[in-house]
Amino acid sequence: MSSSPMPAVAISGVRKSYGPLQALRGIDFSIRQGEFFGLLGPNGAGKSTLISIIAGLVGADAGTVAVMGHDTVSDFRAARRKLGVVPQELVFDPFFKVRDMLRIQAGYYGCGKESWPWIDEMLERLDLADKAGSPMRALSGGMKRRVLVAQALVHKPPVVILDEPTAGVDVELRRTLWSFMTDLHRKGTTVVLTTHYLEEAQELCERIAILDHGQVQVIETTQQLLARHPFRFLRLKLAAGAVLPESLRALVSGEPNGSVELKLETARHPIASVLETLRLAGVAIEDVHTRDPDLEDIFVELTGGDDA
Amino acid sequence: MSPDQIGFQTLLKKEVMRFWSVLGQTVTAPVITALLYLLVFAQAMQGRASVYPGVSYTEFLLPGLIMMTVIQNAFANTSSSLIQSKVMGNLVFLQMAPLGPWEWFGAYVTAALVRTTLVGAAMLLVTIPFVQLPIREPAALLAMFLLSSASLAVLGLIAGIVSQKFDHIAAFTNFFITPLSFLSGVFYSVHALPAFWYQASHLNPFFYMIDGFRYGFFGQADVPLLQSLLWSLGFFLVASAVCLWMLMTGYKLKK
Repeated sequence: MSSSPMPAVAISGVRKSYGPLQALRGIDFSIRQGEFFGLLGPNGAGKSTLISIIAGLVGADAGTVAVMGHDTVSDFRAARRKLGVVPQELVFDPFFKVRDMLRIQAGYYGCGKESWPWIDEMLERLDLADKAGSPMRALSGGMKRRVLVAQALVHKPPVVILDEPTAGVDVELRRTLWSFMTDLHRKGTTVVLTTHYLEEAQELCERIAILDHGQVQVIETTQQLLARHPFRFLRLKLAAGAVLPESLRALVSGEPNGSVELKLETARHPIASVLETLRLAGVAIEDVHTRDPDLEDIFVELTGGDDA
Repeated sequence: MSPDQIGFQTLLKKEVMRFWSVLGQTVTAPVITALLYLLVFAQAMQGRASVYPGVSYTEFLLPGLIMMTVIQNAFANTSSSLIQSKVMGNLVFLQMAPLGPWEWFGAYVTAALVRTTLVGAAMLLVTIPFVQLPIREPAALLAMFLLSSASLAVLGLIAGIVSQKFDHIAAFTNFFITPLSFLSGVFYSVHALPAFWYQASHLNPFFYMIDGFRYGFFGQADVPLLQSLLWSLGFFLVASAVCLWMLMTGYKLKK
């Protein structure tokens, strides 16, 4: 008998088609309890479909999903009580005020007045306290996004899914949100994040799955993912009139801000040899900058350059 | 109280709060409309022969008007709530919640009953200066009111589930609910109709709802009370079975 702890989310053989379109082609992976997990992929990769299946909004054609050991179909009540989902769309109920909406949401999950202090705490933490008595329809987009986050957390679920929570929001909200979520994560909440901001995923997520064309392309820790890229980048600001030698032109990966960026395979093109080639060719250089590959480079490599 | 019970109670409370927040539209407006019908028709038909012995036309008209308004509002409450949630996208909050088909069904239908009780009671109150109705069979009155309200609330739920936009609900209302409720003997006794329309009226479930409800007031009606009760009960059971099947399978709700 296995002694490994029960996964927060266990996805097994999940398939889903919409007519001839195969949105998910057999997804198998687990998210461990307490992880900050990233689910990345280009548009149309199947991320939203997978999240909708976990949340119970979409029925899978095949396979099973369990949240904290509870099957999302046969034991849906227990599974849903363990899960909070922040939807991607900015949806709200125009009939209610912010605090009323949160209390209603808590009631759906079987939470009574004992949840009210927690609701007030969330209103404070998410800078919504002064909007608690405002009708939902009167809030700005950013404020509505904060309410969506609070709605997903009213029942204190051990697993939270954030479906592109920072799309189109300002820096302040982004900071507030990540401060709140990292705090919850420290206290043991499992957080699953989908985002188009790869630097967010790189900074926050311990493990990342990249989905493409309805399949998991890779699932590794963020460090493993970054280490698998055998390249380094060398950015050169050439002096006026200087021309890159012919032998180095094949290595150019981009020309950001008037510089030239070379993508160097660490084994074949040591930086020292590139600089020596430039010196021998008499190319004058104003500035040199190196950088390690980031998640975006890995993502482009794995998904063939589709948008995140 | 169990978490499931709290969930049901919350959804019921939310549905009542929803129509309560626009009481002018959901209760006052239909009462005023029905009152106008009563005043106009009572005036126009003044002096006509009694429909039933000892029952004036105005007395005959009022129970039908109440039931017609109840039917239309029961349907409107559930259908408009569901379609608004669908169109606004906020139905996901309910769909992701640990609420089962029975909680959805029970909460939506009960909220509609609360609204129709308010509408019916308000109509009785505001018409007191014009008509004082007897209540000869209170049990029949209550049974017909509950069955009819619940049936149309369930029908509204079905319409809300299958509809994807407001136009679809408008089509249900304009081509089904309004014609059937107007052609159900609200303004006349079906005995006054030509043979064909007399027979056709007996295929209209709304006719039995109105006729049975009227029996509750006067102790007399166009058809026996049992027939009205069985038709209304049958309608409720069939509609409920269809609705619960839709909720259990996620028909038009789950992608």
